[in-house]
Amino acid sequence: MRPARVALWALAALTALYLVLPVFVVVPMSFSDSAFLEFPPQEWSLRWYENFFTDLTWLDSTIASLQIAVQVTLLSLVLGTAAALGMVRGRYPLRALVSGLVMAPVLVPYVIVGLAVYAVFLQLGLTETALGFVLVHTALAVPYVVITVSSALMSFDRRLEHAAMGLGAGPVTTFATVTLPLIAPSLAGGAVFAFVTSFDEVVTSVFLSGPDLTTLPVQMWSGVRVQIDPTVAAVSSMLLLVTLSLFAGAGVARLVRRRKA
Amino acid sequence: MTGEAVTGRRLPDGWGFLVLPLVAFLLVVFVHPLISVLARSLSDPEPGLGNYAAFFDSPVYLDVLVNTFVVAGLVTLVTLVLGFPYAYLMTLATPFWRGVLMAAVLVPFWTSLLVRTFAWVLILRDTGVVNEVIGALGGQPVPLLRNLAGVLIGMVQVMLPFAVLPIYATMRGVDRRLLQAAEGLGARPAFAFWRVYAPLTLPGVAAATLLVFVSSLGFYVTPALLGGPQNVMIGELIVQQLSGVLRWGFASALAVILLVVTGVLLLLAARVVDLRRMIGGGR
Repeated sequence: MRPARVALWALAALTALYLVLPVFVVVPMSFSDSAFLEFPPQEWSLRWYENFFTDLTWLDSTIASLQIAVQVTLLSLVLGTAAALGMVRGRYPLRALVSGLVMAPVLVPYVIVGLAVYAVFLQLGLTETALGFVLVHTALAVPYVVITVSSALMSFDRRLEHAAMGLGAGPVTTFATVTLPLIAPSLAGGAVFAFVTSFDEVVTSVFLSGPDLTTLPVQMWSGVRVQIDPTVAAVSSMLLLVTLSLFAGAGVARLVRRRKA
Repeated sequence: MTGEAVTGRRLPDGWGFLVLPLVAFLLVVFVHPLISVLARSLSDPEPGLGNYAAFFDSPVYLDVLVNTFVVAGLVTLVTLVLGFPYAYLMTLATPFWRGVLMAAVLVPFWTSLLVRTFAWVLILRDTGVVNEVIGALGGQPVPLLRNLAGVLIGMVQVMLPFAVLPIYATMRGVDRRLLQAAEGLGARPAFAFWRVYAPLTLPGVAAATLLVFVSSLGFYVTPALLGGPQNVMIGELIVQQLSGVLRWGFASALAVILLVVTGVLLLLAARVVDLRRMIGGGR
């Protein structure tokens, strides 16, 4: 190998380690018995995991986050799929403006969204309510649904729908039995994006949280911000486990599909 | 494909009406609050441009704006220096190693931002992993947290996927036989690479630069947890002005300034790169 090639591999290997390794340092530390989370742990214990599962503030915030994320997923799937159908197939005025509006939530810094929504929601009494969180997170998540679904619709062969209609199916039946199953994979992709966007959202949630309602990321945020709560290490490790199993699941699914094909 | 999807003033047809619910939703939940911020920045505590004057008259606040640009610029620079060779290697590697390199980019991409930032706190603090190792080797502890180094380390890791993915996407479309052709005509490999190959990757590099720089301007979580009091970014200042001293009007003015800067950069960039494709490539 040429020296340049060796250097390239070395740099890339270091970059890959920099990307991946830090994340996994949290896992051994979460099993530390010490409140200072030293590395490597002197004594091993499960106390921070126990703390998570016995502390109501942690459990409540986790349940709140899950409930909000599920509602955000459903709402953004409905709004986003309808909009994608309209944007790809429909005629309507001000197209550029509408696409700009739909993409804007991804581009505007979340601090600004947080501040803006907080001000309005305070007056409406929507802070510290699940509805408030669902509305904001949906605005942030819906562009991803529109992107994934509209790209599926653009490559969609509409002759399939015409065939169904020609055979006597009404528009609703056609949509439910032909269109929907064919775009289902991208709906699933959009759903994952929407769920993760909501479940992981910190910035806007910090504005909306309070004693009445706090989400998991905000709970973690306060566990790092002032003084480190070692429970965050246990939560982080469990979140990593979920992420990695989703990854592995997607990898296996792809392998299986390739075998079949 | 819809052939009739052309511009022009037309009334919505049956499909077109499906856009309405989302448009209405975003106008109420997203646009209206942003307009209220603008209004508040001009009216609270008293009508006029007082909040903006206060910002541009104070060296302290201007420093925050300058610092925000400096941090975003440094993050962009480091991200490109690491991301460009990384993406290039991905085009050369065997499918297996390309998969490994891609996974290394995607794992942090899908990992909770807080988990990653928390990991950096544990690694970089004075009693953290890095300083333990330095101490064990007999060195003095190096301050890596609550300063610029901490912010850069944390933010570059967050932004790297957003640089690698668009650059790799562009590089994949460049015909490598051009390099052979240049070398066949007598160019040395380094010359062929920088004069023939690199310019063809510019669209990807431009997209990456823009995406990383603009996103970095609005960062809040990473600088708040890893940065120090000397390098406050504008996002943190907004929250400080609100939670600390309840200066709603001033915080709103800061938000408008950040929004205008972001918007102008994006508009300039929209002429160069396809924003929709960029967002589709990243999260």
